[in-house]
Amino acid sequence: MAVILENRDLGDSMFLMITDHGVDSAPGQFYMVRGWDKYPLLSRPISIFDSDGKTTKFLYRVVGEGTDLLSKLKPGDEVQLQGPYGNGFPEIKGNRIALVGGGIGTAPLYLAAKEIKRKNPEKELVLYLGFENSSHAQELFEDIEADARFKIGGYITDIIDFKSHDAVLTCGPEAMMKAVFHEAKDICGEIYVSMEKRMACGVGACLGCTCETKAGNRRTCKDGPVFEGSEVFFE
Amino acid sequence: MNRLITKLAGFNMKNPVIAASGTFGYGHDYEQYYDPSILGGISSKGLTLNPKPGNKGIRLWETPSGLLNSIGLENPGIRAFAREVYKMSEIDTMVIVNLGGDNLEEYIEGASILNDSPIDMIELNISCPNVKAGGMAFGMQCDSAALITREIKKVTKHPLMVKLSPNAPNVADVGVACAESGADALSLVNTFQGMAIDIKTKKAVFENTYAGLSGPAIKPIALRMVHQTVKAVSIPVVGLGGISSWQDALEFIMAGATAVQIGTGNFPNPNLGKEIVRGLQKYCEKNGIINIDEIRGII
Ligand SMILES: Cc1cc2nc3c(=O)[nH]c(=O)nc-3n(C[C@H](O)[C@H](O)[C@H](O)COP(=O)(O)OP(=O)(O)OC[C@H]3O[C@@H](n4cnc5c(N)ncnc54)[C@H](O)[C@@H]3O)c2cc1C
Ligand SMILES: Cc1cc2nc3c(=O)[nH]c(=O)nc-3n(C[C@H](O)[C@H](O)[C@H](O)COP(=O)(O)O)c2cc1C
Ligand code: FES
Repeated sequence: MAVILENRDLGDSMFLMITDHGVDSAPGQFYMVRGWDKYPLLSRPISIFDSDGKTTKFLYRVVGEGTDLLSKLKPGDEVQLQGPYGNGFPEIKGNRIALVGGGIGTAPLYLAAKEIKRKNPEKELVLYLGFENSSHAQELFEDIEADARFKIGGYITDIIDFKSHDAVLTCGPEAMMKAVFHEAKDICGEIYVSMEKRMACGVGACLGCTCETKAGNRRTCKDGPVFEGSEVFFE
Repeated sequence: MNRLITKLAGFNMKNPVIAASGTFGYGHDYEQYYDPSILGGISSKGLTLNPKPGNKGIRLWETPSGLLNSIGLENPGIRAFAREVYKMSEIDTMVIVNLGGDNLEEYIEGASILNDSPIDMIELNISCPNVKAGGMAFGMQCDSAALITREIKKVTKHPLMVKLSPNAPNVADVGVACAESGADALSLVNTFQGMAIDIKTKKAVFENTYAGLSGPAIKPIALRMVHQTVKAVSIPVVGLGGISSWQDALEFIMAGATAVQIGTGNFPNPNLGKEIVRGLQKYCEKNGIINIDEIRGII
C-alpha cells in the first residue's frame, strides 16, 4: 500500500498524484493502480510519470469510474500499486531525440526525458506535447532541461520537423502514433511507440492485451508497452 | 500439519486450490508475488492442436463485478507447448493441461501428443464460448459431451477432467453424461455467454458479438450449478466461478467441490492463490478440522 501525499487538480480533467511509493522504476513502465477495495473489479494501468526513489507520481485523466475514484482520493489515503510492470523505453542510441506525446500519453515522457538527460546530458531532446486544451499539466514539463513545445488542439505532427531528429519516442492515441511513425520512418533510425490496450492482469497471464506485431502476438503488459514502431500493426 | 491435502483422480494435491485456465498463463506469470508450487494445481491456458492467434478487436470489457472476455484461445499449439513442457512441469504442483479444439479429430490428436508429456491431468475444454467452431459446441448437449469424453478416454493415458459449460440447458445432466463416459473428474463453470454494446459507436463491443462472463458476478449461479452437479454424479467435481476470497472457496467446498479453481480473482489480487491456501488452512486450524474433507459437501 502506498500513501497519497498529494492529488493535484491540473484542470481539463487531469490530475497529478504523488505517492510515497519509493520503488525505482524505468521510464515507460506502469503500475496497475487500485484506489478502492473490491469494486470496480479491475485495477487501472497508469504510466509512471516520475519516480525518484522516494516518491512515485502519476499524471492521469478522469475518463470513467476508476479514474474518477482516483481523483477523489485525499492526501493520507492509501492506494495499491501493483508493479512496476512492462519493459519501458530502451536506451536510445540517437543523439537528437524527439519525444512526442498526445494528451494523457504525455505522462511517461517526463521520466523518459529526465532519465535520458541524467545519463546523457549531451543529447539533444525536444518534447512535442499535444493537448486538446491548455491546463496546468503543461507546467509539469517545464522543469526538464529540454526544449518543450506545446500544441493545443490540431495535429502534433504539424509542429515536428523529423529531419532534425534521429530518434523518436511516442505515446498517445494510436492514430497519432501511427501518423508519427509514418512521417518519421524514412528519416529517423529509432522509433519507439508505447501501446495502450485494455488490461486485466498486467503480468502476462490473461492475453487480454495482445498487440499484433510482425514477430507475432505480443503481450502489451509484459513484452511491451513499448515496441519498435516498425514492428507494430497499427489498428 | 497440512490440513488441506486433497485427493483428485488419484493425485494427492497439497491443497484444493487450483489456478484456472487462461488466467494464470503457463504457471510462471505471478512468480513475483508467490511461488506457484504452493498451489494445489495449475491449469494451463487452453491449448489447441494448431497455434491460434486469438480474436481481434477488444478482448476485455469490465462489467459490474464481472469481466467479459473474448481471448479466442490464443495459444502456441500443443506441439510447441510439448517441446517446452518442462517449464510448466518443473513446478511442484498438479500440472493440468487445458485442451481445446475445433473438431473431434483435433482434440484426439492433441490428447495423443500429450501422452508423452509429464503432465498430471487433462482438462477437456468443451466450454469455451469464444471460438467459432468446436469450443463450447461439444459441451452444450449430453450426447456430444459423452462422445468426446469417450473418444479422448480411449487415447489418453492421463486422468481426464471435463470442463463444463454453464450455457448448457442442464449442466448437471451434461456432467452425468461425461461421468458415464469415463471422465475422472468434472470442472465447472467456464464463462457464461454474455455481450456488451458500445452505445457511442453503436456497435457490439466484441468482434464475435458474444463473449464470456466471469468474476464475482457469476459466483452464486456457479455455486448452485456445482451443488447440483455434485449431487448428480459420483466423480469429483472441481468448482469455480467468481471466487475471490478463501470464504468463497469454502462455500464451493461446502457445496461439495473436491477442489476449487481461481480465475478472474487473480487479476485484482495477484496474491489471491496464496491467500486462499493460507485462509483455508487457518480456518481448519481454528475450527479443529483435521482435514478439509470433514466439511466437504456438508450442504
Ligand atoms: C500501459 C498503459 C499506461 C497508461 N497510462 C496512463 C496514464 O499515465 N494516465 C492516464 O490517465 N491513463 C493512462 N492509461 C489509460 C488508463 O488505463 C485508462 O484511462 C483507465 O483504465 C480508464 O479507467 P476508468 O475506470 O476511468 O474508465 P472506464 O471507461 O470506466 O473503464 C472501464 C474499463 O476499461 C478500461 N479502459 C478504459 N479506457 C482504457 C484505456 N484508454 N486504456 C486501457 N484500458 C482502458 C479500464 O481499465 C476498465 O477496465 C494507460 C493505459 C495503459 C494500457
Ligand atoms: C481472460 C480469461 C481467459 C480464459 N481462458 C480460458 C481457457 O483458455 N480455457 C478454459 O477452459 N477457460 C478459460 N477461461 C475461463 C476460466 O478458466 C474460468 O472457467 C471462468 O473465468 C470462471 O471462473 P472465474 O470467475 O474464477 O474467472 C478464461 C477466463 C478468462 C477471464
Ligand atoms: S493484461 Fe493480462 S496479459 Fe496483459
